[in-house]
This record gives sequence, structure tokens and C-alpha cells, in this order.
Amino acid sequence: MIANWPLLTIVTFLPLIGVTFLLMIRGDEDVVARNARNVALWVSGFTFVISLALVLNFDPNALGYQFEERAEWLPGTGISYHLGVDGVSLPFILLSTLLSPLAILASWKAITHRVREYMIAFLVLETMMIGMFASLDMLMFYLFFEGVLIPMFIIIGVWGGKRRVYAAFKFFLYTLLGSVLMLVCMLAMYIDAGTTDIPMLTAHSFAASMQTWLFLGFLASFAVKVPMWPVHTWLPDAHVEAPTAGSMILAGVLLKMGGYGFIRFSLPMFPLASEFFAPLIFALSVIAVIYTSLVALAQSDMKKLIAYSSVAHMGFVTIGIFTMTEQGVAGAMFQMISHGLVSAALFFCVGVVYDRLHTREISAYGGVAAVMPRYAVYFMFMMLASVGLPGTSGFVGEMLVLVGAWKASSWVAFFAATGLVLGAAYMLWLYRRVMFGKIVSAEVEGMERISRREVVIFAPLTVLVLWFGVYPASLLDVMAGSVQSILDSVAAGGAFVIAGR
Amino acid sequence: MYASIVFLPLFGALIAGWLSLSHRDRAAELVTVSFLLLSLLFSIIAFAQVAIGGQPITIDLARWIVSGDFEAMWRLRFDTLTAVMLIVVTGVSSMVHLYSVGYMSHDRSRARFMAYLSLFTFAMLMLVTADNLVQLFFGWEGVGVASYLLIGFWYQKDSAHTAAMKAFVVNRVGDFGFALGILAVYQIFGSVQFDAIFANAASAAGTTINFLGRPMPALEVAGILLFIGAMGKSAQLGLHTWLPDAMEGPTPVSALIHAATMVTAGVFMVCRLSPMLEYAPLSLDIITIVGAMTAIFAATVGFTQFDIKRVIAYSTCSQLGYMFFAAGVSAYPAAMFHLTTHAFFKALLFLGAGSVIHALSDEQDLRNMGGIWKKIPFTYAMMWIGSLALAGFPFFAGFYSKDMILEAAFAAHTPVGMLAFWLGCAAAFLTAFYSWRLLIMAFHGKPGASAEVMSHVHESPLVMTIPLFVLSIGAIFSGWLGYELFVGHDMARFWGDSILILPEHTAMENAHHVPTWVKLLPIVLATSGVVLAVLCYAVWTGLPGAAARALSPIHAFFFNKWYFDELYDVIFVRPAVRIGAFLWKRGDGDTIDGLGPDGLSGLVVRVSAAASRLQSGFVFHYAFAMLIGVVVLVTWYYLRFGGL
Repeated sequence: MIANWPLLTIVTFLPLIGVTFLLMIRGDEDVVARNARNVALWVSGFTFVISLALVLNFDPNALGYQFEERAEWLPGTGISYHLGVDGVSLPFILLSTLLSPLAILASWKAITHRVREYMIAFLVLETMMIGMFASLDMLMFYLFFEGVLIPMFIIIGVWGGKRRVYAAFKFFLYTLLGSVLMLVCMLAMYIDAGTTDIPMLTAHSFAASMQTWLFLGFLASFAVKVPMWPVHTWLPDAHVEAPTAGSMILAGVLLKMGGYGFIRFSLPMFPLASEFFAPLIFALSVIAVIYTSLVALAQSDMKKLIAYSSVAHMGFVTIGIFTMTEQGVAGAMFQMISHGLVSAALFFCVGVVYDRLHTREISAYGGVAAVMPRYAVYFMFMMLASVGLPGTSGFVGEMLVLVGAWKASSWVAFFAATGLVLGAAYMLWLYRRVMFGKIVSAEVEGMERISRREVVIFAPLTVLVLWFGVYPASLLDVMAGSVQSILDSVAAGGAFVIAGR
Repeated sequence: MYASIVFLPLFGALIAGWLSLSHRDRAAELVTVSFLLLSLLFSIIAFAQVAIGGQPITIDLARWIVSGDFEAMWRLRFDTLTAVMLIVVTGVSSMVHLYSVGYMSHDRSRARFMAYLSLFTFAMLMLVTADNLVQLFFGWEGVGVASYLLIGFWYQKDSAHTAAMKAFVVNRVGDFGFALGILAVYQIFGSVQFDAIFANAASAAGTTINFLGRPMPALEVAGILLFIGAMGKSAQLGLHTWLPDAMEGPTPVSALIHAATMVTAGVFMVCRLSPMLEYAPLSLDIITIVGAMTAIFAATVGFTQFDIKRVIAYSTCSQLGYMFFAAGVSAYPAAMFHLTTHAFFKALLFLGAGSVIHALSDEQDLRNMGGIWKKIPFTYAMMWIGSLALAGFPFFAGFYSKDMILEAAFAAHTPVGMLAFWLGCAAAFLTAFYSWRLLIMAFHGKPGASAEVMSHVHESPLVMTIPLFVLSIGAIFSGWLGYELFVGHDMARFWGDSILILPEHTAMENAHHVPTWVKLLPIVLATSGVVLAVLCYAVWTGLPGAAARALSPIHAFFFNKWYFDELYDVIFVRPAVRIGAFLWKRGDGDTIDGLGPDGLSGLVVRVSAAASRLQSGFVFHYAFAMLIGVVVLVTWYYLRFGGL
């Protein structure tokens, strides 16, 4: 019975209903703040529960999209309201609905002014994220894709740190410039194919010369979002200035939009161009892995360090996608989900100590392990997951990407694997400086142990990272069919797919 | 029962970890020790069934990483090779667990310590029971993490957590090779499963793969890459720098991880892969050379050090070199034999050293020891047994295994085999020398410690001496007991299919028929090493100092560990940080931001200021961006359709 409900529409727009509740709250500032927090948490939590129905009713063996909803929007134009998920988008929707309540919980105490507006921004953000992953119409995708920018821009610009305006501006400028080029390409595609329906566009074959331009236009947008080197410099600034919860969502979900876009659009729609440009992507990705790892080594700000590590990890993702092998693409998908969980947890780790000491300078810390033993365990676990320890989700993605990369070229695998060494170096060094050693100051000594609320945020992330590390089949099986059909359409488009080699 | 051998320590670790949060130390000790003893009991039964009874089995647990034709399963494999390792790992580990109860009794976080020890044991057991390379890698990294946690156990100490990090990162360099090796194997065989690899190794022998742009012999590429991993874990020359520093960890850790088990994982891996490496002669030669070089290198450093644990650590490094060159000349059984005997006597030496350190109120410098042998006679006797076994005196464990290795190296009749033989003999001389140097400096002569410390010198409690006693039994008898099975008449039946030696690799066969002088030489060298040490440190005590001064450049070279740390610091560590800072400031800051957003915004601001002061920044930027889009669109249309 539940399968007949418009589940995707419900999941997508439920947070917006929460927004109307938030708007109705009346009272003095304390009351509004308290109620706003509770409403936002309940709504996003409820959204997560509903989204579980998607998982329970999803059939990993079925071909094509599931939970499809279609309605006339602009009759006669080939533009419609079209939602649906496959094995590629479903994990991202769950990631969004899971991280949103956790992020709201993470801002419980950290955000004290304009709480209602903050929560509104977060719920709008959630709708935009889910909508983007659920859209099967290119125009809708674009609206959601761009719509994500606005609440995030506001979150950084209003609740951010000292240089928040610079960071928000840089974030906006970068992502907008890319998006405009993508919009131009979308117009061209619409003119050529006469529809904005994603499944139909996937089946449509664009002329080879046109593919090149379209690919580059989309690349401009997705590369910024991933972010790929050299358009990554907005990320460290945005992270440093964003509030903790903003960083969690930014790293956890927003960075995945680029990777998702590559898999949904670039690969199946422009297979020839994807094949042609793959070496370029490999080069940029390998540079990203090595360059940003080295830069991470030089950081003195905890958040910046983790931000740079994100760029390096996303380098693995882009490598995996453009190997156009089953292991590479599945590995990239897995790496994105894993990074979504791990980086959100790591940014929260920073947030936990930031809430206590109000600084992100690594040198202000030292010996925290002695003061906050449980926190030390969570941080250690996430740090190890970030360096790709087998048994955590971080390993599975990296390993599969390397398998795919090796098939494409042993050079790519060789350089990418240096990330194993460098990643361990900067993460362990961070942990060592913050957590180990003697307690450096009375302030550090006075830091409170982690609260129950903080444990509630860490616990689900920890369990999932461990679960996906030990039994990744639970996620790989969901994705396998869709990954295969995307690679099939790449091959059908005339590109040379290595998997068949 | 088989699966519980592996998982009992994991449960022990989890329970102890949970107990550590509420500081219930005694309960944690009880749980971990009893689980480990149970695991040992099952291991002995498994050894009887699998190795003696000749019935290897595998146990399927679950699917792990499955994507397309890439398949890595959770599956436990029990064959003779595994069974031998099970005895070594659970045997030494349970003794170390027991010993730790006494050794750590003054520590505030004993439960955490026991949890880490059990976690390590679990990872090590996963490593030795792995049925495919990826699961082996799981155990491999798992022991690395446990080692990291244990080296840095006293995390308030700067030297401890620095050493912990160094161990992990240097090991990662090896793992870099290991990971690529797995990929190469997957390309060659289309599988990472051991059975599939071993079944097809012969047919892959002549093939080439494209590695880094040029065709290379397939199995050599895989073999050498995987061996780089082994070099990291087993502290072979070049990637050895972490091992001496790892002595910052509590002494039981050094005994378990950095002597008996984890560091031998590389040797185990090479033996495990014998069915593949047998077809990769170049890889085997490289293994031999690296092993032989390490054996002599570590010995030369060992006899100049003053920290009691570092002396033993270099000795471990050196003995691992022996095991590798044995494997390199295809004498895998000899390597495994030495691995086993070494586990007992080296753990004994470390725990004995721990007992000395314990007695002297945490003193580790040999120069501050001495004159205590009458006060701790039991420990003294244990150290004698360990040293006799290490130096290879007749009828002690090392005598059988080390001589077997040297004889096999000689019997290989290859240039690299001879190199290994002579370097091994020289190292044997040095081994005996530094062992007795240690004994004399630690126990004899004038007391180096203060009167206060000397008044506290006491024999360790029973919970520490019992493990020493058990290990000393192994150090005395394991060679004699294991000889026929491991390397003697029953060798072929004992190892079964777990080790492959091609008929043309005859080192192992011929080792039993070498000239008498080859058999005698190691004993003569060891004896003269002992005599020299006694002369230097007991009779003419001024001699070592005078010799060090006379040969000061050479002494400094040895004493400073051949300057490896300094070299790496200059060529890797500092440049990495400096390049990172450069890329950040100049690359990200000046170039990308300078030309990109900041430059653009600067330009925009200037243009907009000039054009009109009324326009707000963002609207204008939006328009500017749209404009670029329109230009591109028009250009594209123009190019595409040839005019508007």
C-alpha cells in the first residue's frame, strides 16, 4: 500500500512543511529558539524515518527507476515534474535525510541568535538536496542544484566566522560561474533533444562534436562542486567560516553533487567526450590527491586541514568515475557515501572542541585525550576511517577505486596510492597534536567531557562507518545494477568501456 | 571452534574496552587473559588436526567487497602455515597478556592496555588466517593500528606518540607497495583469492603486464610490490626506522608485537606466497639481498646502542633479515622454523629485559645497570637462556633454526646465496657479541644505578615469572622438538600444500649435505663473539671506549644507525611540509585565488566602480557571469551552425 504513495514527493517537501510550522511560532526570543530547534529536529527526523520506507521498498534487482512520479508541468514543452530514484541516487537521499537531523542536533547549542531563521535555512537546504537527487527532469535538477546554493550561502554568510562574507562570496562566485555554463549547455541539449527528461536524454545520442562542448560546460559546474583542483580554493574558506553544521552538510552532501552529476549526466549522456577527457580528469584528480594532501600537512587550522583532506578524497571519486569500470564507478559511489559520513563526523569532531575552546588553531590544543576519553575514541575511529583503514567504510571505496584505476592505467593507480601515505601522515599528525601529549593549558584541562547529545550524533555515524566497512555488500548490492546500466549506456554510446576488456 | 580462535580475542578486546570506561581493570584482565588462554587451547587442537593430522580447512564467514568480478570474501583458511602461526601468536600473546597483569600493575589504564593487546591479537589472527590478499591486508593494517595504539599507549609522553605516528606512516609506505601489489595480482590472475593465484601461478610465469607504461614480467612486478609491503611491516633495511623507536611502548608490547608476531608478518606473507614467488626469481633474489643486508646492518647498529630495549630491537631486525634471506633462497621451511623459535626466545629476552627494567625502577640505559645478578637470579637465568638461544649455541632453539638458514643459503650455490651466507655469518658473530655485551653490562660489574634504586631491586612477582618460565621452555626445546617436522624428514608431509618449492630450487634439500666447516662455522663465530664480549666488558673494560675513540667515524656511523633517520628527515619529511606550505601560500593563495576569484573580484570591483557606483556587487557579478554564458552560447552557435 505504502508503495502507492508519492513517497519521493513527501520526502522531498516534508522539510518545507516544517518551514511553515517554523514561521508560525510566536513568542519571545527564547521560546522561539527552543521551539524552532525542536520543530526542525522532529521534522527532519520524521523525514528520515519516511525515507527509510524508500529503502525497504527498493528492489535492487529491478531495472530502471523506482518510485517514479510524473506530472504535467509545462505541457507541450517536454518539461515535466518527474521524480524517481535508482541505486545511484537512493544512497544519497538517505545520506541527506540522515545528516540533516544530525546537523540540526549539532547546532543545538552553537547557534544562539536568529535560531528560527537558521532552522528555516536548514530545512530548505534539506528539501533542495533531496529534490536534486530525486529529480528525473533536467530543469528540476537545475533548480534544485542551484537552489542548494542559496540556503548554504545564507548559513555561511549569516552564522559564519569572521571572514564569512569573503568566504560566502567566494563560494557563490565559484559555484555560480560554473552553473551558468551548465545552464547554457542544458539549453543546447533541450534544443537538440526536445526534452528535459533525464531518462530520455540518456537514451538520446548527441553528436560527438556537441558532446565535447556539453561535457566541458557540465564539467565547469561539477568540477567546482566536487571540488576538483584547481577550482577547490573556495572550499577551505567556506568550511573555515561555516558553522559546524554547515560544514557537516557541505562536506557530507554538497560535495557529492558534483560526483553525482558526473555519474548521472556526463558519463551516460556524453560517453564519447567522457572517454576523450578521462585523461584530463585523471591528471587533475591525481594532482588533487597529492597537492592537497601536501597542503593539508602545512595547515595550522583544524577545519582547513580536514577541508583539504576532503579535496584529496574527492580526487579518488573523480578518478573512479572516469575509469568507466564497474569497480571504479561503484568505488567512487561508495567513497562518496563513506566520505559523507566520515567527513561529517570529522567536522563535528572539530565542532565539539570548538564549542568548548572557541578556537580552531591546532596549537591551542594538546593532551585532549586525557580530558575527553570518549571523544578520543570517536575521533580516533573517524580519523582511521578517513585514512582508509580496512574494516571501515573508507577502505572499501579507496580499494575499489584503485582497482578501477589500475585497469585504466597503472600510473593513475600509482599516484593515487600515494594518497595512502600522505593521508595517514596529515591525519595522524593532526590527531597527535590535538589529542596526545601533555595537557597544554588550564583551558584544555577544563574542557567538559562529551555530552549525551554529542554521543547521539557520533553513534549512528560510527555504527554506519563500521557496518559499511565490514559488510559493504549491503550498499554495493543496491548500487550494482544501476552502475551496470549506466556503464551499459556508456558502451552503447560508442565509448570503449574497459570492463569488457 | 576454529572461528572462535580468531574471534575470542576480539570479544575480549571489546569487553575490556567497555570495562576500561569505568576503570574495572581487574575484570578486564580476567576476561582478556582467560579468552586468550582459551584461544591458545583451541589453537593447539587446531595445530594437531590441521598440521599434524594434515587436514586443512576453510570457513566461509560472509561476503565482503564484491563488485563485478572483483571478489574479496571474509573467509578463514587453516593450513599448516596458519597452524604454525596460530601457535606462535596465541602462545606468545597469552604469555604476554599474563605478564602484563604484573608489569602494568602500577598503570592507571590497565583495562585499556589489555583491550589493545587483545585487539592486536585478533588482527594478527585475521592476518594469518586470511584466505585472500585483501583480508590479509585487513589484518596487516589492523596490527598496524594496534601497534600504533600500543606504542603510543603512554600518550602524554612526546617521544611515545611521535614514535607511534612514525611507525604507522613508515608502515604505510610499505602498504603503498602492498596495495599496488594486490592490484597487480588481480590483473594477472583476475582474483585475489589464494587458491586461484596458486593454481595459475605456473601458467602466468612467462607473461608480462604493462606497469608504469612499459611491459614487465608479471609475477616479478607483483612479487616486488608485495615485498615492499613486507619490508615495511618486518622493518627491513630502508623501512626499518620505525622499529627501534617503537620501543617507546610498554615492554610487553615490544615482546609481543615488535619481536614475536607482527614484525614476522612480512616473513609469513612471503612464505604464504611461495607458490607465486617460486616463479619470480628476480623477486626472490631481491628478498635475499635485502634480508642479508638487514641482518648485517642491524647487527652493526645493535652492538653500539646503550638502551637495553633498542639493542634487542636491532637484534630482532637482524634476525628478521635471516628469515627473509632464507625465504629468498627458497628455504621457506627454514624461515618459518626460525620465525617460530625466534618468537619464543626473543619474547623471552624482551620480557626478561622488562623484568630488569621493572626491578631497576624503569631504568633502560645499560650504562646505569650492572651488579644485580645476585638480586634477581631468576631473571638473570632467563636472560642467559634467551641469549644462548639467540646466539645459536648447540641444543638451544636458535641453534637448529639459524644454522639451518645459513646452511640453506650456502647450499643454494648462487651468488646471492653466498652473499647471504657470509653476511649472515658475520652477523652471527656480532649477535653473540652484543648479546653478551648486554648480559655483562646489565647484570655484572659495578652497579650503575643509585643506592636508592639498588635498594629496591627485587625479583618480579609470579605472574611475571611464570610466562618467562614457559617461554624459556620454548627457547630451549622448540628447536629440538620442531626440527624433524619443520625442516627434517617429515618436512614435505608436514607443510603439505601450504608451501611450494620448485624441484630446481634445491637449497633446502642440499642444506642437509653441506661441508662440515659450514656446519661448524656459526658455532665458532658465536663462541668467539662471546669471548670477545667477555674480554671487552669484563676483563679489559677500558677497551670498548678506546676502540670507539680510535675508530670514531665508523663508531659514529654505527651508533647513529647509519644516519637513516637524518637522511629521511632531510629528503622526505621536511620537504613534504615545506612543499605543502609553498603550494598553499603560492599555489592556492597567490596563483589560483590571485588569478581566479580574488583577481576576478578585484577586476569586477574596479570595472564596476568605474562604470557605476550605484550597482551592488552581487547583482553585477550575476550579470557579469550571465554575460559570459551568453557569449559562450553565441560563440558555440556560431561555430556550430556557421553564422546566425
